[in-house]
Amino acid sequence: MQLLILTVVLLALTGIGFSTGRRRALAVVEGNPRLLHSLPNHHGYLVALWCGIPALLVVVGWLAFEPSLLHALVISALPPELAEMSDERLSLVYNEVRNVALNGQTAGSDAVAEAARHYLSLRQTLFGATAVVALVLAVAGLAWARGHIHRDLRARNRVERVVTVFLVMASTVAIFTTIGIVLSLLFESLRFFHFVPVSEFLFGTAWSPQMAIRSDQVGSSGAFGAVPLFAGTMLIAGIALVVAVPLGLLSAIYMSEYALPRFRSVVKPMLEILAGIPTVVYGFFAALTVAPFIRDLGTSLGLTVASESALAAGLVMGIMIIPFVSSLSDDVISAVPQSLREGAYGLGATKSETIKQVVIPAALPGIVGGVLLAASRAIGETMIVVMAAGLAANLTANPLEAVTTVTTQIVTLLVGDQEFDSPKTLAAFALGLALFTITLALNAVALHIVNKYREKYD
Amino acid sequence: MTETTQMARLGAVRPTAEIVAARLKRRHNAERRFRAVGLGAVLLALGFLGILLFTIVGNGITAFVQTYVRIDVTFDSALLGIEGDTGPDALAAANYQAIIKQSLYRTFPEAKTRAEQRQLGAMVSSGADIDLRKMLTADPSLLGQTRSLWLLADDDIDMAVKGHIPRQQGIAGNRLSDNELRWLSELESRGAVETRFNTLLWSSGDSREPELAGLWGAVVGSIFSLVITLLVSFPLGVATSVYLEEFAPKNRWTDLIEVNINNLAAVPSVVFGLLGLAVFLNILGMPRSAPLVGGLVLALICLPTIIIAARAAMKAVPPSIREAAAGLGASKLQVVTDHVLPLSMPGILTGTILGMAHALGETAPLLMIGMVAFIVDIPATPLDPAAVLPVQVYLWADSPERAFVERTSAAIMVLLLFLALMNLSAILLRKKFERRW
Repeated sequence: MQLLILTVVLLALTGIGFSTGRRRALAVVEGNPRLLHSLPNHHGYLVALWCGIPALLVVVGWLAFEPSLLHALVISALPPELAEMSDERLSLVYNEVRNVALNGQTAGSDAVAEAARHYLSLRQTLFGATAVVALVLAVAGLAWARGHIHRDLRARNRVERVVTVFLVMASTVAIFTTIGIVLSLLFESLRFFHFVPVSEFLFGTAWSPQMAIRSDQVGSSGAFGAVPLFAGTMLIAGIALVVAVPLGLLSAIYMSEYALPRFRSVVKPMLEILAGIPTVVYGFFAALTVAPFIRDLGTSLGLTVASESALAAGLVMGIMIIPFVSSLSDDVISAVPQSLREGAYGLGATKSETIKQVVIPAALPGIVGGVLLAASRAIGETMIVVMAAGLAANLTANPLEAVTTVTTQIVTLLVGDQEFDSPKTLAAFALGLALFTITLALNAVALHIVNKYREKYD
Repeated sequence: MTETTQMARLGAVRPTAEIVAARLKRRHNAERRFRAVGLGAVLLALGFLGILLFTIVGNGITAFVQTYVRIDVTFDSALLGIEGDTGPDALAAANYQAIIKQSLYRTFPEAKTRAEQRQLGAMVSSGADIDLRKMLTADPSLLGQTRSLWLLADDDIDMAVKGHIPRQQGIAGNRLSDNELRWLSELESRGAVETRFNTLLWSSGDSREPELAGLWGAVVGSIFSLVITLLVSFPLGVATSVYLEEFAPKNRWTDLIEVNINNLAAVPSVVFGLLGLAVFLNILGMPRSAPLVGGLVLALICLPTIIIAARAAMKAVPPSIREAAAGLGASKLQVVTDHVLPLSMPGILTGTILGMAHALGETAPLLMIGMVAFIVDIPATPLDPAAVLPVQVYLWADSPERAFVERTSAAIMVLLLFLALMNLSAILLRKKFERRW
């Protein structure tokens, strides 16, 4: 709340900075903007930047360092009998202090109550100091920048330099995101591989992380062989592709070669709807409608079908990725030059013969690329398998049995109560690293294929 | 050699024209078959869409009404436990369940045993007392009087009225006992059962009782998350696109940025959830389950979408406009802010809306950052724990009660409605402002 008020005050000061800067610039040249090097607005922006940026940096710095600073100060002020405890106990005490101070929990001892009071007053003092520094900086910056306005000041160039710096910083966010993903996955995975050797994770065939706390388990740390998960993922993604590739490809062919423009303009957006439906909806559909349907169908045929069969999840996932396959194939089929088709017609081929023997071979690299992209989408898909596939890590190729996937396990391991240092939660990061690597590799291969063969007919 | 002689012999038997005609017929049949298969694939895909929507709507449409039963309730101060004291505090703390039970026992005096009475008491929702409390606090003079009131029915009664639970008596394992079914029929014959528009669905947060569970908390959570996402990803996305499209030199560094953006667009969303968990929660210490963190993660997810759309829109602005502006003395930044951005804004906004629609339906990364908690309260700020619509769908889909199937489908309908509105506005925006140079 206080922070909000401070921010609003700072923003208001920045606004005032803009208007005084503008007015000052006009006053310097007695109302004739043509004498200025830069537009009055640029002078205004420059004053506003001088006023706002240093003050906001101070506030951001406070936000970043407040927790650690408070922690150090409160711990150092603890009475000796508390301060001499081990680090773990100390962090428990510190948590209690924070809970007492912030959430109104009753203190367990006088020392904690005292520390909580100390915490609150420290926090208040620190915030007050920050607010004062920020406000002083803002006002000082405003006054300084306003005082330096003269007719030859290159205000526009300075403002533009600041904006350019902002643009460059914004464009690095994508890089930092990738670095963040890679580092967080790698770091936690390395910690996981302290508990479980890489070879066991990659080649082990038993997966039972749920029992990792029981001491009578293998190596007293559960079993973390991820092969059943990889196999389950491949099985479900495979079923999805078996559904999606023929349907998507055939509809793309029909839409781009046969359909009348009116049919196309109505049906194509409707197919795109399939891609826009949230995956949680597909998951619900799979669990509520498709899985029972397949189970009943299997039972009536005399087959035993698990109620969370791989087939149900794969089928629904296949429906979901139909539009990916069809729109990507549509693009590459449309990109095949018309002259190739006309050549085939000229030799007397029918339309379907042209498509099968000329257009599809010509478009094949693009189609393969599209299928690989769809496969990477299927492997990374989470909600359908979380809701419709099982948790049992069966190593099987039978689509009627329940299997589990990498993404399902990531969600299961991390949802719910967790201490962050157990192999169980760290395993999720190792699985995430595997998933990230596989999807990235699939995408790279797909893009490579598409790019390598794209210009063949241009 | 033998082949040619064979062919010659065949040719002698059948004229060439006949062979060609036969083959042509076969080829044309193959043509028709191929075409039919293609059309079949399209129709099959559309059929799946139809079945999906039909299932959801068929299951969920009844959730928009809710069953109420009419019962004569006596505000008996002895049962309420507030004899003598009718101050507002006492009225608020009074035992309204007791008078509801008492009224039910009086309506059906044949319920004598404890088990029967328990079944009878379970016919009215455990949240029905809230209405009575409101009524009595508003008008304390009701004390001691008897009123005929419509009370919220229990979810099983509601399901039976809507036809999702069989009404025949004597079915083993039915959610409703024969007694309850008989009482329900009796109430119906007295005209004391009614379905009304379900206002609780729109006004309350989550609940363990299906008849009390509402979507409003999730809607507010979704709005908070999306606002954060928009505030973060729109400026960042536009700034990145402006830099890459208008300022950046073509070198390794910018190539790296472009490759990165394209790769991020293909990273599974659950990996972004892991990033959020490791960085936002564990390193930066942000609150779990908060729309603030959810919004930040979603912003990273839809950033590539926005950047790709914004760059395409900026590329479509013809260079002549930039050159004309530069010729009039505009600086590079002025060209961008005064000409390129306003001209490409419809395209950028369309891309942003589509990115937001994607973010609205995203579930998996939010599970990673703890947005699966059971939260009853409506969040007041983006820092409060909250659910969002798709997570609410996931949570309700996990609940065993039959009534939650209906609620889940209703939540999906609301979610799809929001998505349809967003996509529609994107299409309209594109249609209205699309410009070809």
